Amino acid sequence: MAVRVCLGFLILLLHSNFSTALYEDQVGLADWHQKYIGKVKQAVFPTQRTGKKRVVVSTEENVIASLDLRTGDIFWRHVLGKDDHVDQIDIALGKYFITLSSEGSILRAWNLPDGQMMWESALYGSTPSKSLLFVPANTNLGKENRILVFSGGWLHAVSSIDGEIIWKKEFAIDRLEIKQVFQPLESDIIYAVGFVGSSQFSVYQLSSKSGEVLKHNTASFPSGFCGEVSLVSSDMLVALDATRSALISISFQSGIINFHQTYISDLLQDFSGMAALLPVKFTGMFAVKTVSGICLVRVKGVSELEVIEKFNHPASVSDVLTISGEQQAFAIVQHAETKIDFKVKLDKDLRNDVLKETVEMDPQRGHVQKVFINNYIRTDKSHGFRALIVMEDHSLLLVQQGEIVWSREDGLASIIDSTTSELPVEKEGVSVAKVEHNLFEWLKGHVLKLKGTLMLASPDEIAAIQAMRLKSSERNKMTRDHNGFRKLIIVLTRAGKLLALHTGDGRVIWSLLLPSLHRSEACGHPSALNIYQWQVPHHHAMHENPSVLVVGRCGPSHDALGVFSVVDSYTGKERNSLKLAHSIIQVIPLPLTDSTEKRLHLIIDANLQAHLYPRTRDSVNIFLHEMSNIYWHSINVGKGVIRGYSLRSGCNLDVVDEYCFNTKELWRIVFPSESEKIATTATRKMNEVVHTQAKVLADQDVMYKYISRNILFVATVAPKAAGEIGSVTPEEAWLVAYLIDTVTGRILHRVTHQGAQGPIRAVVSENWVVYHYFNLRAHRYEMSVIEIYDQSRADNKDVRKLVLGKHNLTSPVSSYSRPEVMVKSQSYFFTHSVKAMAVTATAKGITSLQLLIGTIGDQVLALDKRFLDPRRTATPTQAEKEEGIIPLTDSLPIIPQAYVTHALQVEGLRGIITIPAKLESTTLVFSYGVDIFFTRIAPSRTYDSLTEDFSYALLLITIVALVAAIFVTWILSEKKELREKWR
Amino acid sequence: MEKGKGLARRWAMEFAESPSSSSYDVPDPLGFDRSSQDLDDANGGRQKKDAEAAWKAQKAWEVAQAPFKNLMMMGFMMWMAGSTVHLFSIGITFSALWQPISALRSVGKIFEPYKDSRVDTLAPRLLFIALNLAGLALGVWKLNTLGLLPTHASDWVSSLAPAQEVEFSSGGITIH
Repeated sequence: MAVRVCLGFLILLLHSNFSTALYEDQVGLADWHQKYIGKVKQAVFPTQRTGKKRVVVSTEENVIASLDLRTGDIFWRHVLGKDDHVDQIDIALGKYFITLSSEGSILRAWNLPDGQMMWESALYGSTPSKSLLFVPANTNLGKENRILVFSGGWLHAVSSIDGEIIWKKEFAIDRLEIKQVFQPLESDIIYAVGFVGSSQFSVYQLSSKSGEVLKHNTASFPSGFCGEVSLVSSDMLVALDATRSALISISFQSGIINFHQTYISDLLQDFSGMAALLPVKFTGMFAVKTVSGICLVRVKGVSELEVIEKFNHPASVSDVLTISGEQQAFAIVQHAETKIDFKVKLDKDLRNDVLKETVEMDPQRGHVQKVFINNYIRTDKSHGFRALIVMEDHSLLLVQQGEIVWSREDGLASIIDSTTSELPVEKEGVSVAKVEHNLFEWLKGHVLKLKGTLMLASPDEIAAIQAMRLKSSERNKMTRDHNGFRKLIIVLTRAGKLLALHTGDGRVIWSLLLPSLHRSEACGHPSALNIYQWQVPHHHAMHENPSVLVVGRCGPSHDALGVFSVVDSYTGKERNSLKLAHSIIQVIPLPLTDSTEKRLHLIIDANLQAHLYPRTRDSVNIFLHEMSNIYWHSINVGKGVIRGYSLRSGCNLDVVDEYCFNTKELWRIVFPSESEKIATTATRKMNEVVHTQAKVLADQDVMYKYISRNILFVATVAPKAAGEIGSVTPEEAWLVAYLIDTVTGRILHRVTHQGAQGPIRAVVSENWVVYHYFNLRAHRYEMSVIEIYDQSRADNKDVRKLVLGKHNLTSPVSSYSRPEVMVKSQSYFFTHSVKAMAVTATAKGITSLQLLIGTIGDQVLALDKRFLDPRRTATPTQAEKEEGIIPLTDSLPIIPQAYVTHALQVEGLRGIITIPAKLESTTLVFSYGVDIFFTRIAPSRTYDSLTEDFSYALLLITIVALVAAIFVTWILSEKKELREKWR
Repeated sequence: MEKGKGLARRWAMEFAESPSSSSYDVPDPLGFDRSSQDLDDANGGRQKKDAEAAWKAQKAWEVAQAPFKNLMMMGFMMWMAGSTVHLFSIGITFSALWQPISALRSVGKIFEPYKDSRVDTLAPRLLFIALNLAGLALGVWKLNTLGLLPTHASDWVSSLAPAQEVEFSSGGITIH
């Protein structure tokens, strides 16, 4: 018995490969990690000596970072919370980087050299308002520097040394909206100017010591203001009137407010439409943006405005930069086809340019969006200028001396969707030998590896081995490999740019700023929505390159017209684009392809009509053949309704359109709005492969999985509990999980978790759902698993029938047959909150599954599905242990080695995507957020291949030695035998 | 050369000696009757043959019963090996299967020495075959207890692909 127990234990150990951890020297072999910051909103250049070579930026991804001006590398970076948007940034005392975030409610100071937070102040406001930050440029160090913050209707004076609020003053009276807060240099008076209502202008003068109001003046202007102002000098403002067609210069010198109206059409002859003031700070002038371009206007007096220069679109103007005392400079960047003109002007001499450079620009970067200017002293003591340019695709460039010094592809920080594409098949002309250089090199490499394995290598050699592994040309080739590790990941960014990343090292193979998603007359505010596989030549049409479909729409509302763009996956060229005549509320890729292997897609418009693409005769014929079996459903989260529809020919359109189909509502599930609110939904992945329908238990019994692509998981929470964790008591919170068949609308299973609250993350695969939520009673996060089995097949247990094939297990099933289902479920505690959840996918679905959990620490944790097996019991029997059932524990273990991202962090993690490799054991994992990370994992280890660092040289030498030994012993034995015979 | 010399010494023939040195020329010793011995030989031969046949029959039975001991030992070994699948139990089971099969294949050869016109080897043969079949059955039974025989439904459906679905449905939350 002891023997048996021992052996059983041994088997258990063999089965339980709990960790698939990496060794330190394997880091970076199969994975890569790229750090981004997102689209830069604001940038400031530290002027203090230590920080001269850096720039600090805040971005739309709520990142603040310090970048190296020479290389563009990140010195330090902080990703603030999801709702902690950075509103304003500045530098105080020359050493602190000040950020005002969360609509002006949090003020923080960061140490410039290392990014450590020095202090943080919470500013409480009463009414939401625009937040303003003013850091007086006081060079007098003896005087305490006070930061002025206007937010939430309050003006705060905050000490820049420790963040203490010195005084605060409320302004939230009479609909007053403060537009500017400033303190003239070397003055003790703070000015706060704003509008009361739409036509009254108000100026407050406050004491900087105590914050008490010294003077308050108001004046009204009958035609009203639109709200935009530009401060021209310490006693003058320029505002736009309510119609946005006239400029109003307001002077408020010594308490007397004067208005003067100037029509823009008097300044600019060809002006039409609306104008806007650019939020740039110039002295003595301002910038007006019109439909045709940007116009710089100098203010000579209240009634004297003079147009200095006009730049046609697209152009961008930088803020003003003070250089050497009184001199001020600013930059203008203008587009000229594939080039950009970078001009710097000094305020003393506005007619001429100090610097004029022309830089060649990649057309895939789009137009210039923002410019930040910085100066440096050249060797001849003159001023040189460099510009930090933010492009339309969110990339960041540094231009200096007519060249792009560096560029950052920061659009990759805002990936909204992704897909993959295979690489082209290796052509006959391209042989492996070309890559492997020659046999000698190859052998040398392997001998080095052998030395490494036998631990004979010196430190230098170990370094050489590591370098060789990392730059292994094999993994970066542009052809398909046998294992399917090399692919292209095609990502769509929020900027409407498509980028193809190589899975080998993450380099950008091609990029395309989609021309069809460019702003135009017909398409006002285009936005990219999703990306789909359009054509994947597999058997037919092999000469054609695969292509992807990008779906976008012209505007934020759901009835805006749609845009289609088909892009070649190999070349990155747009094959064709289409302006749709209908809106898009849903895109349904069908499991059907036409004769050229183009996937059929159904687009549902706002009128619930379905449009078939590609628009060919062929596809319609294929579709009509299958139409009676195609259904779709829509989930309305706001109303708490799920509706199921079928399709039928003919549309209620004026023109006959054979590609348009009508939909008919078949069923609907209405959740009671007073008790349930849809929190999350999940479905199975379209391309998931399941190996088998049977689950074999330890006692040779069979359970048949209920495997259906039409399964929908919906989790609803109590409307009261829809907010943050802890906002309700456990008695008021509940979570209801539903499994719904989307063909018939049948609720397969429903379970209520009392005292549970969102946020809920769920993943559906094969016949199970795993979801993560917060348990208010236990004050812990919980994960639940539901496995669903087909009870109607359970009696298929007659061996003779099965041997003879007399069973209906493989015959097509219909949801209308209403199979009986059986459900098993279990819940466990889990330590982390979860940002994203995914499941591994392999080519044939044989390999055991792992859950990939994006943790709150922005890491990806791999958790074996075996831990989430509802058949786990506290004391499993011997047979169950052999089957691999882990004894039940109340919480799921977190094994440090199971972090897929090992020591790295994917900041701002938003999504995890798994792609099956051709090798069954392996899954490719791509996770994105602000950073992107790619690796490949083998949930059951690479049982079907040798590891990459397998020493072929050792094998070869062993074989050679063995063969030699065989020959030697054979000869010896021959001789001996002969001698024996002669004795 | 040395080898050649040694070779020459290994064997030598005396060709000089006359070939007529046979014993026939030498008279038989006293009391030795060549003719009576021939007679005796015939008589004793029959007796000896009978004894040999009996011995052969006995041996044949012994051989036929030999697998029984084997069977017992196999049974003991199998009990020791347990019912979990591992190297030891698989080795024992396959040897338990292989032994009877190989014995059955060489049943003719095993009974070859005892083949005689007067000895009936059919019964021992049948016993031998029966015992070996019993051994085989034991092996198969063991195989079954190890779960290596496809006698359960699970063995036939474990790699059955999921059934195709007639309907297709897709959709989700409407794009905002």
